[in-house]
Order: sequence, then C-alpha cells, then structure tokens
Amino acid sequence: MKAHLTRRYMFSASHRLHSDAMSEEENKATYGKCNNPYGHGHNYALEITVSGPVDESTGMVCNLTDLDSFVEHEILDRFHLQNLNTVPEFGQAVPTTENLSAFIYDILQRGFTHAHLEKVRIEETMMNSFEYAGGNEVRR
Amino acid sequence: MVYLTRKAEFAASHYYHNPEFTAEENRRIFGKCNNPNGHGHNYTLEVTVKGEVDTRSGFVVDLKQLKEVLNREVLDAMDHRFLNKEVPEFFTRIPTTENLAISIWQRLAPKLTTAHLHRVRVYETPDLFVDFYGEA
Ligand SMILES: [Zn+2]
Repeated sequence: MKAHLTRRYMFSASHRLHSDAMSEEENKATYGKCNNPYGHGHNYALEITVSGPVDESTGMVCNLTDLDSFVEHEILDRFHLQNLNTVPEFGQAVPTTENLSAFIYDILQRGFTHAHLEKVRIEETMMNSFEYAGGNEVRR
Repeated sequence: MVYLTRKAEFAASHYYHNPEFTAEENRRIFGKCNNPNGHGHNYTLEVTVKGEVDTRSGFVVDLKQLKEVLNREVLDAMDHRFLNKEVPEFFTRIPTTENLAISIWQRLAPKLTTAHLHRVRVYETPDLFVDFYGEA
C-alpha cells in the first residue's frame, strides 16, 4: 500500500534579494526591504514529502536514517548558517524561497533514490510558505 | 465537494522488530526503535472526510457520528496502549507511522457511512507525519 511520508527540518540562512538584470530603482521597487545590501536572515522550515509502497518487512516507505543523512549532507550542510547569495549553486539566481524550493527539489530528485519525491515545501516565516513539486516550466 | 478534518490525539508506545531479521539486522534497520521495552509518542491524528454539503443540515458529515466512530474504532483501541502487544494488527505488522496510518484507515473506512474518507494523517512528532489516501 502506498503512503506519503513528510519530514520537517530547520535551517537558518541569510540572503539579499537583488537582481543584476534590474536597475537600482527596479530592485528597490521589486524587493523592498529584502533589497537591503547587507542582507537579512530567516529560520527556514523545510518539509520534504516522499511516497512509495510501504515495505512489508520494515513497515516503511523509506528508512528515515537514509532520508535524514541525505538531507543533512546534501542540503543542510550546504545552506544552514550560510549566506545564500554566496552559495555557488545559486550562481546568478536570486535566492528567493521560490528558487530555494526548486534547488532543494532538484538536489533530492537527482540524488535521493530510496523513495519517490513528491514535493518540497519551505516556510520562510510563519506567514509565508512555498511549495514545489517539479515540472518542466522554465525557472531561471 | 467539501473536505472536513477532525483532529485527535493519543499517546502510545511501540517498538520496531521483524522476527524474520537477525538481531543484528533489526538493530541496523530499526536503530533505537528496536529496543523491546518500547518507547512512546504523543500522536496527532487528522482524519479528513469529503462529501457534498447536505442541503437540509448544511453538514458534510455528522460530526457527532465521526467523533463516535473515531473514539470507538481508534482511540479506545490505541490511546495509552503498547501497540505491539495490545492492538491485534500490530502483533504481526510493525507499528511504524506508515502502518498506523493504514491501520487507522482500515478501521475507519467501513464504519463511516455518511461521508467518504479522504485522508488519514498521523503525526508521530511535529517533525514527521504520514498521509494515507487508501491507495493500493
Ligand atoms: Zn517511535
């Protein structure tokens, strides 16, 4: 029988929303306070949902220790207590939580093989959250 | 179609062990959860039903009936119990959060007459939950 499993992780990071493709005025108008050159930070809550048949011998969709160690090494080590503008993977992309969700989704989709990835959800604050479940649309 | 979710909490203990695995395999696969003395959680259960709103009552489901079924079929059986030793399906099935969600679905689905079960969500901790939609 198929079940969906969701695991929640916390990490903290700083970022500045600024696009080189826009003028200074446009950046201010688009990003407001988030354009402050010194950046600011958030405690992000990351929810990862995977799915699959429940293995009869273990009762599990996937072993949590596999998911936890993958997320720790491939995601938290990369983003926790970092300035997202300096994380190489972002390149020229603006470190919005939309882009962050898609990055994290891609990392999982490429490397996590123990269960099917359903979606990534990130709470930037208690008031806003973002979900990404893959798709072919152009993102950058 | 309208979806209605009812929340409940229960506390229970469990441990993970498959008698077909060696002691070493059990420890490797289940880690700390393999301790035969068990350990416990405060589970949060969310049961979502769906249906059309009844034009006379304005309800999707009679909440009183839903609550009664939930209490009788799930909470009376599982609250303050050692799942492996007191809940029959877990004599043979490992009481993981996945299997709990499936078991709760199987207990509720045949008893809910006025609304359709849509989802059973079981939180083992605030950081881990499982959704079961009755999929084969
Ligand atoms: Zn446990």
